[in-house]
Amino acid sequence: MTESVRGDGGVLKNSEGKRFMFDYVPDVFRKQYAETEEEADRWYTDADNNRRPPELLPRDEVARAINTEVKAGRGTPNGGVYLDIASRLPADQILKRLPSMYHQFKELADVDITKEAMEVGPTCHYVMGGVETIPDTCASPYVKGLFAAGEVGGGMHGSNRLGGNSLSDLLVFGRRAGLGAAEYLDSRGGAAVAIDEADLQAAIDAALAPLSATDGENPYTIHHDLQTVMGDLVGIIRNADEVKDAIVKLDALKARAKNVSVAGDRVFNPGWHLALDLTNLLLISESVAKSALIREESRGGHTRDDFPTMDPKWRQINLICKSDGTAVEVTQQPVPTIPTELLSLFDRGELKKYMTEEELTALPEEKN
Amino acid sequence: MGYKAKFRVYRGDGEQGGLENYEVDVNEGEVVLDIIPRLQATQTPDLAVRWNCKAGKCGSCSAEVNGKPRLLCMTRMSTFDENETITVTPLRAFPVIRDLVTNVSFNYAKARQIPAFAPPTDIKAGDYRMQQIDVERSQEFRKCIECFLCQDTCHVVRDHEENKESFAGPRFFIRAAELDMHPLDARTDRKSFAKAERVCATSPSAAPTCVPSTSRSPTTRSSL
Repeated sequence: MTESVRGDGGVLKNSEGKRFMFDYVPDVFRKQYAETEEEADRWYTDADNNRRPPELLPRDEVARAINTEVKAGRGTPNGGVYLDIASRLPADQILKRLPSMYHQFKELADVDITKEAMEVGPTCHYVMGGVETIPDTCASPYVKGLFAAGEVGGGMHGSNRLGGNSLSDLLVFGRRAGLGAAEYLDSRGGAAVAIDEADLQAAIDAALAPLSATDGENPYTIHHDLQTVMGDLVGIIRNADEVKDAIVKLDALKARAKNVSVAGDRVFNPGWHLALDLTNLLLISESVAKSALIREESRGGHTRDDFPTMDPKWRQINLICKSDGTAVEVTQQPVPTIPTELLSLFDRGELKKYMTEEELTALPEEKN
Repeated sequence: MGYKAKFRVYRGDGEQGGLENYEVDVNEGEVVLDIIPRLQATQTPDLAVRWNCKAGKCGSCSAEVNGKPRLLCMTRMSTFDENETITVTPLRAFPVIRDLVTNVSFNYAKARQIPAFAPPTDIKAGDYRMQQIDVERSQEFRKCIECFLCQDTCHVVRDHEENKESFAGPRFFIRAAELDMHPLDARTDRKSFAKAERVCATSPSAAPTCVPSTSRSPTTRSSL
């Protein structure tokens, strides 16, 4: 379900038919969002004099709002909320602007979005955080020759990747990674990296193990259990007890994943691919859970029930996860300071919402 | 209401193989691409299949269901009778790699033979200007998701391996048309090139399998 349904006029309603998003505009954004439905409706054609509808709040806000409405008993029969564009745009406009949405809902759910509302709910969509890289080249500071760009990389979107920015991220940093990789190769003058034969053989043996093991577990069962742990305990709303429980359960899953069996051979074998992926899935899950426990605040996609507000002190910290192959260790690292020429472009009132007292006193003169 | 469905799925590498029988749970609202991963998880972990978006947009999960070229993610289980045996086989037009996965490189080889967009020589990049209505004509063809179901349907390539050298197939007719109708493409020989390449225009067999074109409303489709 693309965000452009809301951008084109679609609105979110609970089971009482109310446009509940008006109740969920956070203080940091209050000035940018319409206060009444009338004002919101005028925005589509006159954005200069009206503010945007709250349905267009960043996705993490919308996800939390939907979550709260459903938990309060105002959700739809299938546990979501209603997204209505049928009552907002004429049918031919909907077909013209959203043909693939129309098709998808008609073909897969027998829902005609020109006549009725859709049931929607939050889902896993994008991973915030990832491989740490040097921004200019997308090179890893730890592993020579490793380059990462796009969703796999971290440090670009902070706690909340905004709509549309994934594409621009790919274009800009994809290019940088390509140039960075080419430069790195040139700097080596074409010399190949020396690999220890024993290391290589160990990697081969580890990769092939699931195919020869006979009494191991089905990787799909472990994968399913992993999804349950992360979905239930490290989901949209987190709290210390549940995340701690997740970390314990992840340890047990790691042990199970050491002994998996898959039938078949090496040609296009999805079971074997999953067995190999399990190690990485568990590594990421452990990193996410441990970081979620340490970060005692709520920011963007990370919401802590027990620490519901943003803490300016935490804004200055990145959580870096490292593993020696047995367990993930998380360390705190300062976020680089924003260059003064960029800082001076910000409205002082906005910066006050996010910065510590020390940072605010150190700010340069405000430009007008 | 959930029920158990009977499936027959091709297993093999093209040289050796055959249809295997399975019985598998089906829940309300599911598509064939819900069933295949369930088979992998519970009965046969090495069942090879390509899939990605599960929403009819990436074109990865092309296969034949009861002999008809379909996207597995867009084939609803509710279109079958509960007692019906559903047969899933790989695209017949292309060599099998394993089970439901085929080698579709024929299409990439043909794509390379069609000259790319030729930029206008008298306008520099950044100064291109096009009218919306002129862009729309060509843009319909850009919606192709390269699922190759139309290629698979085309009896000229599907049933005659020897034709593959001379015929490119319906997908490339769309590609030729897209470039021909591009308001700024500088080549004037798109139509004659397509004819020479024998992308074939006489058989209407390919049209019903195309997902992007069937999602257009009747009014838009008639403008093509």
